[in-house]
Amino acid sequence: MIRYIVRRLLGAIPVLFGLSIVLFAFVHLLPGDPCSAILGQHRTEEACARLRANLGLDDPLTVQYLRYLGSLLRGDLGASVINNKPFLDEFLVRFPGTIELTLGALVFAVGLGIPLGRLAARHAQSWLDGVVTAISLFGISIPVFVLGLVLVVVFGVGLGWLPTQGRIDARLRFESVTNFMLIDTLLAGRPDLFVDAVRHLILPSIALGSIPLAIITRITRASVIEVSHEDYVRTARAKGLTERRVDERHIMRNAWLPVTTVIGLQVGGLLAGAVLTETVFVWNGVGRWVVDAIGNRDLTIVQSTILVFALIFLVVNLIVDIGYAFLNPRIRYA
Amino acid sequence: MTVPTTVTAPARASAGNDVLLEVRDLRTYFHVLDGTVKAVDGVSFSVRRGQTIGLVGESGCGKSVTALTIMRLLDIPPAEIASGEIIFEGRDLLTLSEDEMRHVRGNDIAMIFQEPMTSLNPVYTVGDQIAEAVMLHQRLSKKEAWNKAIESLRAVGINNPERRVKQYPHELSGGMRQRVMIAMALSCDPKLLIADEPTTALDVTIQAQILELIKDVQDRTGTALMLITHDLGVVAETVHDVLVMYAGRIVETGTVEDVLLAPKHPYTEGLLRSIPSRGMKGQRLNVIKGTVPNPFNMPKGCNFAPRCPYAFAPCAEYDPRIEEANPPDVACWLYTPAPGSPIPPRIRPRRPVEVGA
Repeated sequence: MIRYIVRRLLGAIPVLFGLSIVLFAFVHLLPGDPCSAILGQHRTEEACARLRANLGLDDPLTVQYLRYLGSLLRGDLGASVINNKPFLDEFLVRFPGTIELTLGALVFAVGLGIPLGRLAARHAQSWLDGVVTAISLFGISIPVFVLGLVLVVVFGVGLGWLPTQGRIDARLRFESVTNFMLIDTLLAGRPDLFVDAVRHLILPSIALGSIPLAIITRITRASVIEVSHEDYVRTARAKGLTERRVDERHIMRNAWLPVTTVIGLQVGGLLAGAVLTETVFVWNGVGRWVVDAIGNRDLTIVQSTILVFALIFLVVNLIVDIGYAFLNPRIRYA
Repeated sequence: MTVPTTVTAPARASAGNDVLLEVRDLRTYFHVLDGTVKAVDGVSFSVRRGQTIGLVGESGCGKSVTALTIMRLLDIPPAEIASGEIIFEGRDLLTLSEDEMRHVRGNDIAMIFQEPMTSLNPVYTVGDQIAEAVMLHQRLSKKEAWNKAIESLRAVGINNPERRVKQYPHELSGGMRQRVMIAMALSCDPKLLIADEPTTALDVTIQAQILELIKDVQDRTGTALMLITHDLGVVAETVHDVLVMYAGRIVETGTVEDVLLAPKHPYTEGLLRSIPSRGMKGQRLNVIKGTVPNPFNMPKGCNFAPRCPYAFAPCAEYDPRIEEANPPDVACWLYTPAPGSPIPPRIRPRRPVEVGA
């Protein structure tokens, strides 16, 4: 198992290497002039030439790439070209917000998707199944930002049930330790603030979780239906087990397998969706930061964020695959 | 609906209180898009304690559905048990609550399925799967149930059961998995074991071993055995009494010697003739002409008449029922006067048929 993990981690290296090339090329192909972005109205040809020389932008692309790769290997993900703050420092401050939002969306999608999928499977071809299918079709069809705005308008502005902006009431002041609102509020001994933070999390989580919810629901339904027809389920019934035990021990345990894989794959979608969701809900996370960085042509930030997100995606899927080995004894990682 | 009081000849011959299972006029229908399939259409038979009976017929004749109906393992709907009684130790299984039925399943009646490769749950060890039933029915602790699982594996001839018990199904061969299925079925000492094509998916050499094993444990434990198969060779080696099924009905019953050596029903005769035999090299195999009747559109008279070489006038008109025959061992107008038919039956004695001849 350890060997498998090491091998998988080693296998991630060429992926990240390839990605670094793609990102580098992509950033350099983007239209826009860093001089204008950085110097703004102070842009003169002379200043621009000096800046380009400082940033090494006049060197051949291969030299620039190797320099970029060298700093990556030293763990240096660069700094903002706008304010020169190191990428990693800024990223780590904002990332907890994105983790919180992503986990919120995942809890929503998994917590609702699996029961809905099981319900639809048990009543397959009935009106209930139709309703669940319609919900998931809706969830998968509607773009995150549209659903986000609808939620803001209906539950925030219209009904006034839930806050629609930020991670916590902006008028409240308390010390941030971990930058996880749900943890910091508890550390500060303020359960009232904790509740407020949870309330802030609800609408963005629903908006971001709608697509994974739809996918998880459908996969769960399909998987449960498929497993229900397996011979070993009939064997389990023939043993005289209760329907509940057959369902939980024999059907669900096997139905989980494809669902687990899909949940892992959804993490990529969630990180991407977080960019849009954070913008709609003025959520202080990596996503909104990246959107700002794109606007400012702060390409180091964009580049490094994508790289880190890719790394996270790889690690999450590695964790899922390892978890899969525990769920499925037929998989042997040797 | 008339409920026949007579049962199979072997059961009647030894009439007494040792009848374990009595199936009366069982009808299981499937309601599907194209109409209704009468998969089991008025089947009656009985099984005595410790008796071995074989249920024989070609694919789709209703053998498996009969077994699954007895176990009440069919999904209702689309299945419907349209009529009948399944009396097991004096209780009609069809009237039991789901809870009561669960105590019968795996405990009083156990079942082995055709596909050992897919009949075990891939994510649990074989020990887990055997112990699960034992814990449920015998109220043993986990440890005791685990030991019982090891014992059951040993009893079905698995070497080194202490190691095997911790293995997953994918680590075992097909024959080994079928042994595990048998161990699981026997772990709670059932009174009736239903084996549905237990050797069909296995290699010929393994088939022989598994049959030997089934016979052996059956002798040892005294459990009654209902063996479902399309393979007359398997029947000949394993059981005492035979029921031949065709298109949802039992068409002939008798001891294995009677039925296999001197069949009455033309269908049984056809089955025997179609077994390839030595000395037939280079010749065409004998087949029963025609095809199994369309389940949505059964012939009016005898279901077998369109394929029967001996069919005569009443066969196309009247539907022969085995329980109306005297003795009730064959459903064929060659042996029973057709009601209201002016044509007398061509009473034929049992006569030997040579396999493949």
